[in-house]
Amino acid sequence: MALTARNDAFVAFDGVQKSYDGETLVVKDLNLHIAKGEFLTMLGPSGSGKTTCLMMLAGFETATNGEIRLDGRPINQVPPHKRGIGMVFQNYALFPHMTVGENLSFPLEVRGMGKEERQTRIARALDMVQMGAFAARRPAQLSGGQQQRVALARALVFDPELVLMDEPLGALDKQLREHMQFEIKHLHESLGITVVYVTHDQGEALTMSDRIAVFNDGRIQQLAPPSDLYERPDNSFVAGFIGENNRLTGTVEDIAGGRALVRLATGELIDATPVNVSRKGQPTLVSIRPERVEYKPEALPEGAHTLDAEVLEFIYMGDIFRTRLRVAGSEDFVIKSRNTAGQRMLRPGEKIRIGWAPQDARALDPA
Amino acid sequence: MKRLLILSTALTGLAVSAQASDLTVMSWGGAYGAAQTEAHVKPFAAKTGIATVMVDSDNPATPIKAAVEAGNVTTDVASVEYADAVRLCDEGLLEPIDINALPPGADGTPASEDFLPGAVTECGVSTDIWAQVYAYDTTKFPEGAAPTTVADFFDLKKFPGKRGMRKGAKTMLEMALMADGVPPAEVYATLSTPEGVDRAFAKLDTIKDQVVWWEAGAQPPQLLADGEVVMTSAYNGRIFNAAVGEGKPFKIVWDGQIYENEMYVIPKGAPNKDKALEFIKFATSTEGLQAQAQQISYGPARKSANATEIIYKDGKTVMGPNLPTAPENMANALESSFEFWVDKDAELNERFNAWLASN
Amino acid sequence: MPADPFVTAPPALLTTSDGRPLKAALAQAQGRARRRAFLLVAPLLAFVIFTFVLPIAQMLQRSVYHDGFSANAPAVRAWFAATVPGTPPDETAFAALAQDFRQMKADKTAGLAGTRVNYTLPESRSLFTATARKADDLAPPYRDAFLAISAKWASPAVWQAMRSAASPYTSDFYLIATDFERADDGTPRRVQENQRIYVYLFVKTFVLSGVITLLCLLLAFPVAHLLATLPMARANLLMILVLLPFWTSLLVRTSSWIVMLQGQGVVNDLLVATGVVDDQNRLEMMYNQLGTIIVMTHILLPFMILPLYSVMKVIPPSYARAARSLGATSWTTFRRIYLPQTLPGIGAGAILVFILAVGYYITPALVGGADGQLISNLIDFHMDKSNWSLAAALSAMLLAGVLVIYWLYDRLVGIDNLKFG
Repeated sequence: MALTARNDAFVAFDGVQKSYDGETLVVKDLNLHIAKGEFLTMLGPSGSGKTTCLMMLAGFETATNGEIRLDGRPINQVPPHKRGIGMVFQNYALFPHMTVGENLSFPLEVRGMGKEERQTRIARALDMVQMGAFAARRPAQLSGGQQQRVALARALVFDPELVLMDEPLGALDKQLREHMQFEIKHLHESLGITVVYVTHDQGEALTMSDRIAVFNDGRIQQLAPPSDLYERPDNSFVAGFIGENNRLTGTVEDIAGGRALVRLATGELIDATPVNVSRKGQPTLVSIRPERVEYKPEALPEGAHTLDAEVLEFIYMGDIFRTRLRVAGSEDFVIKSRNTAGQRMLRPGEKIRIGWAPQDARALDPA
Repeated sequence: MKRLLILSTALTGLAVSAQASDLTVMSWGGAYGAAQTEAHVKPFAAKTGIATVMVDSDNPATPIKAAVEAGNVTTDVASVEYADAVRLCDEGLLEPIDINALPPGADGTPASEDFLPGAVTECGVSTDIWAQVYAYDTTKFPEGAAPTTVADFFDLKKFPGKRGMRKGAKTMLEMALMADGVPPAEVYATLSTPEGVDRAFAKLDTIKDQVVWWEAGAQPPQLLADGEVVMTSAYNGRIFNAAVGEGKPFKIVWDGQIYENEMYVIPKGAPNKDKALEFIKFATSTEGLQAQAQQISYGPARKSANATEIIYKDGKTVMGPNLPTAPENMANALESSFEFWVDKDAELNERFNAWLASN
Repeated sequence: MPADPFVTAPPALLTTSDGRPLKAALAQAQGRARRRAFLLVAPLLAFVIFTFVLPIAQMLQRSVYHDGFSANAPAVRAWFAATVPGTPPDETAFAALAQDFRQMKADKTAGLAGTRVNYTLPESRSLFTATARKADDLAPPYRDAFLAISAKWASPAVWQAMRSAASPYTSDFYLIATDFERADDGTPRRVQENQRIYVYLFVKTFVLSGVITLLCLLLAFPVAHLLATLPMARANLLMILVLLPFWTSLLVRTSSWIVMLQGQGVVNDLLVATGVVDDQNRLEMMYNQLGTIIVMTHILLPFMILPLYSVMKVIPPSYARAARSLGATSWTTFRRIYLPQTLPGIGAGAILVFILAVGYYITPALVGGADGQLISNLIDFHMDKSNWSLAAALSAMLLAGVLVIYWLYDRLVGIDNLKFG
């Protein structure tokens, strides 16, 4: 996706830096533009700076340097309560001494809204998250999922155009989490709001986002739609962080026409697409997704290089098979194959040959 | 219920009795306790070989009732005020002491004749005669412009400044009446009438907003030294110790002094009753009383002890003129009436507390 | 969304597989654990009963029980029992009295009996001790013999007082503790105005304690908040500063306040030196009500800070952030979100400080002067004077007052809404 032009960005970080102690930067030169109506996810391990960015946007942290704009207006000096941004917190932050209804009423009261309009809006917001019957309950009387819905309704009840979510589903169990992902995505689409979503769960990010900004070490490592991120990681960090992948280290033997030939440390030659390498002799790390590895010779493209492999372990997972192999001295090379009709189950000790289409193997920085 | 009290008191008493020695004497601490330690406790232990210890209390009379009722008496000898000695004796909480068992004076006069009148009661023997006086800071009032009478204590115009007074009805009411012109002989008769009590409180009213109230005997010299008050009622011995012993610029006004015997008593059921009696005999002999008078300026209660000159422990100060019993100090003096106070204590203190708390 | 979980089915008696009723089986299974748990708390229970419950029970009993007269005057007691109140004493009454006096003299208990009667009627004690001294000379006709010793024996007030004291159980001490006395006919009436003290002091004690509690709250709130929000290392340092006074002797702390605040004290010297006040008009901050308030506020401050801190520490900062993000100003956030959540701490701290303040005694005794005295100082005073029954009655009333406050708190805030730490 092409970057939105600077001026029509709804949310813009320009050259933003943040330091807490004056010695190290937690956020290093952040430039990020978010379009109106976009669902953008900040993804990264803890300490990568993603939450700090969100807090700066919400107004709870001040940027040490740089500018943050909301709808074209610089907001560095605007206090949080005047930013009009809805926010959903990791622990929901529902006020424990108020009922669900009072929680939703709060943002409307501080805006001086009349009682009748408040009632209408509260009812509408609660219905939106199927919590209409719970207005009189206290947060402590609700389950985690219900609290999450209320928190969502509260962040939306005053019609903010931008909603920030800080790991909102982190405390839910897997099934509920997946269910809520769809609900949030659905709300986003039906309301047309802009969402900035922070998570460390890549599955969640891939499921929900229009674009994902992968954070590491205070920088955005890659900003891309989910499919690009998964299939075409820009560097070895992104490749390693998103999804499962097999890594083989080697040196570029030959590079030409969008193809690279990589010699592994153990001497074998493999095919790859050059991403972060440009010339012969460069060290590189080749990343291949497990589901793109083929072990049936007839499925391999013409002239593809193959490697000898020995089956170490075979795991039956229902819809897929997962097989661990010894390949080029590495014992954690994994392949996945779908449990289609007639698919063969490999046996430990079996010797096979594996290979892949050159475009599925990406030669990245050696990291 | 009583058994339980006895049991629990006995349990808490274990800690004390575990370190108990042959004889325990309880007194008021401070300069007074120190004087009795030097004059009585140490020499007695040295002479008889009985390990004797001195313990302090804010008022040794207070724990006696609890201890006797609980049957857990750990004190053998206590130094108490005269009125308390009489009251506790009346209530059967003290061992009687036979005056004829006490040693004769140094000149051979039998004890019954050697002691001053009232100095030996059914259960107590006087150790000294102390006085409630008032004292002032000589740096605040130079010679010639200094207070000399009890009335001056209440004269804020001539002698401006804060006053220290004992927080309690006893002695303060007498002092107020004497300052108001009532002769000592008529003080208690006056105080027995409602008008007399009103008169005393009216006199106290005149200086009420200038008074700092004290409770412990050690406080008045401290208040004077700190400059918190310019004059204060006090026990004469404490002022003497600060003035002569520590060189503080304090002077006692003897006019309107109220004197009283201090008594050694033996609580009923004292663990070492016989040794306690030996101790009292030793301490209230002519020599014992003189020895104490060398430590602190309270007058001995035996004629024979007053017959010879007593020198303060500094080796030069003659005690005579500093004692409440000195003739020149007795010119306008009142003997505290225990009979009056055992009767009226509750009533007058209630009135006093009410007066104190009202603004 | 969820279905009603309380499905109403007819209660059938459930049994275990071997046929025992389920409830009995459960009780048996848990009984062992319960007995063991009880054994663990038994020492504490015994300790509490011995050192807390029994003394309080005994105190309550003492406040209505005094057998100083009744135990030592059995004959007169019998006469009182046989006659109606107000009966003038006849010769048999005086004969009984003479019999009792002879016994009292032998037992040396006249002082004890007199003390009891003296509580109801002042100036009776010397009447008793003086009469006992001459008890052996008493001879019929007894009435004249007694009147010869003292004309007071003809006074109806004396006989009324003895009638009142003839029963070991009495409400006299509660009467005195509420500024009442018995008239000659035995009916309660208020004492003269210049002798009313207890009710005034009770009210004053509760008002002063309230003021001290409020001051503690105002001072402790920001400190506790700071403690709860500072980084760990600095919060620990601050916590030590808060607790430091805790580890110092109460007397030392009180005395240092005297040094600070007295007329010639540090604060006044400083004010005089800087010319804020002149030497003649030094501020009076010690030996009065102000001194009591200042020093007690300081001493009780940690008791407010600690419960507040423990509550504030667990309030996640996200609540305030959520409120801010929802459009609330910082003041609204404090008032509507933060403050209500600290209520359990405020309640616990306030109750703790208030109850401690109500019973405080050393500090007002040392720095209170005349008008900074609290009811506990009078309780101590009566303990000193061996009038334990009056002290017990006052203590019982203080205890009742505290319980009333506790009950009110429960009604208004809810006792389960307390968090001490």
